[in-house]
Amino acid sequence: MRARPLILTLAHRLAILAYILFALFPLFWLLKVSLTPNDLLYSEGVRMWPSRTSFDHFRFVIAHSDFPLFFRNSLIVAGSTALVVTAVASLSGYALSRFAFRAKYWIVALMLLTQMFPLVMLVAPIFRLLSPLGLTNSLTGLVIVYSAFNVPFATFLMQSFFDGIPKDLEEAAKIDGATQFMAFRQIILPLTLPGIAATVGFVFTAAWSELLFALMLISGNEAATFPVGLLSFVSKFSVDFGQMMAAGVLALIPACIFFFLIQRYLVQGLTAGAVKG
Amino acid sequence: MATTVIAEQPPGRKSLMQRFARGWEPYLYSAPALILIVTVMLVPLVVGISYAFRDVQILNPFSGGFIGLDHFRALAGDRAFLVALKNTVWWTGASVLLQFAFGLILALLLDKPFTGRGLAQALVFLPWAVPTFLTGLNWAWLFNPVIGPLPHWLHALGILSEPNNILSDPELAMWGPIIANVWWGIPFFAITLLAALQAIPRDLYEAASIDGAGPVQRFLSITLPFLAPTIAITILLRTVWISNFADLIVVMTKGGPADRTQIVASYIFTQAFTRLDFGYASAVAMVLLVLLLVYSMLIVVLRQTLLNKD
Repeated sequence: MRARPLILTLAHRLAILAYILFALFPLFWLLKVSLTPNDLLYSEGVRMWPSRTSFDHFRFVIAHSDFPLFFRNSLIVAGSTALVVTAVASLSGYALSRFAFRAKYWIVALMLLTQMFPLVMLVAPIFRLLSPLGLTNSLTGLVIVYSAFNVPFATFLMQSFFDGIPKDLEEAAKIDGATQFMAFRQIILPLTLPGIAATVGFVFTAAWSELLFALMLISGNEAATFPVGLLSFVSKFSVDFGQMMAAGVLALIPACIFFFLIQRYLVQGLTAGAVKG
Repeated sequence: MATTVIAEQPPGRKSLMQRFARGWEPYLYSAPALILIVTVMLVPLVVGISYAFRDVQILNPFSGGFIGLDHFRALAGDRAFLVALKNTVWWTGASVLLQFAFGLILALLLDKPFTGRGLAQALVFLPWAVPTFLTGLNWAWLFNPVIGPLPHWLHALGILSEPNNILSDPELAMWGPIIANVWWGIPFFAITLLAALQAIPRDLYEAASIDGAGPVQRFLSITLPFLAPTIAITILLRTVWISNFADLIVVMTKGGPADRTQIVASYIFTQAFTRLDFGYASAVAMVLLVLLLVYSMLIVVLRQTLLNKD
């Protein structure tokens, strides 16, 4: 009788372990190659860990390449986008959560529509519309485009967080003479801080990862974001695997930090939404 | 008398003002979001639709004229486009199915508490945080026999006759982006399904085991019915999303070898990005949009008929 649960537990742990290995292996390999010195790269190609490690690739990438510039550009673009979107989406999410108004149905429909149609459709027209405004090859242009792309989802996310806060709090504040906006700013926003953090994290990660529009809109090195820089590096110096992977590891850092901050919250937030819905 | 009137008037006027302001308040809150969406998404969408009927080539200053349905006529005979259509179905179907199957198993494994669950969850969800361009590059490197182990392992297992790069093999190339996509997308399904699993009331399971239901029976008669709506919605939305998801293909194969991994979304991007033929790209995009609309309509109709049957 005792043997069966034991075997089941063992199988369960092994299955979890298999998933963890599958999830981590590509990242482990990225790190491994980035730490392998060039002279061992091919002779010890399939070994799990090189006999000697070095930080040469990282040193080169940080000191002698444009990657610090790309990193800075991406940080500016993703950071600004996250701030703009969170500010805009907390306002619109609040409107959808707290007000019943005539155009609400249409606003929701419009936002859902933007989630359905292929964004790649917009690559050509956005390029054509932004270039006379001087917004191609500029970080500002990217921030504007990414902000618009992320606002609908962030609005729904913020709306669900506001829905979780009882309305009585604002009613009480309004009886004490506060306007709705004061109640929103001073009572509701502080209570939604974890939700705001999650939204910032989501949008930052999305903007940090975006590739196609950045490729289309940016052509020079000056305004290149990390994905654009890495891809042009790959097509130019496709033999220097160590350096490419060192750059790849660098691109991973901010996204992973954000992810670890929000991941626990992720399932909780979705569970709450599912229970209510 | 006069003083009371004066004293009473401001509150009356204010309340009118307030009522007016109250009516406009939600619009003020939504205005920034709406302005962004309309100027950056809706206007370009309309402009893009107009491009589909015009000759718009960036490298040709004389282009821009109205050409009616010429692009669509060209499309009907464009072999690369037809191949891309077929590839889109294959790419989407395989990716969604594998992501869902592995995601469901992972969600079930993570459902019950065990020591180290928090850590395990963080680690298995990690791929989702990896930027897609890096996911693509990372897997392209893993499939590269010079630097990656996968071709050698596949060769050792007897799956490949030579340790070659499957990304340059026309027969196998599509598996490269699909595997990368599955790796990247499992967490999404797992997170959503895990959330739905944890919302199932625990007493149901207890009641069922008291009544003598085995684990398989409990899964089929409690878990699955509870998960069904989440599964349906997630798969439908994911299908649309993945069929438009060109990043991995653009990064890993650029649609090659010989268009064998080109999907419609990456074909649109290639037409716009490398050939700068915005008119033709927009015409292809129109076709994709119509197909997605038809798909969504079918889903809505299907849902209605299923609901009516109950």
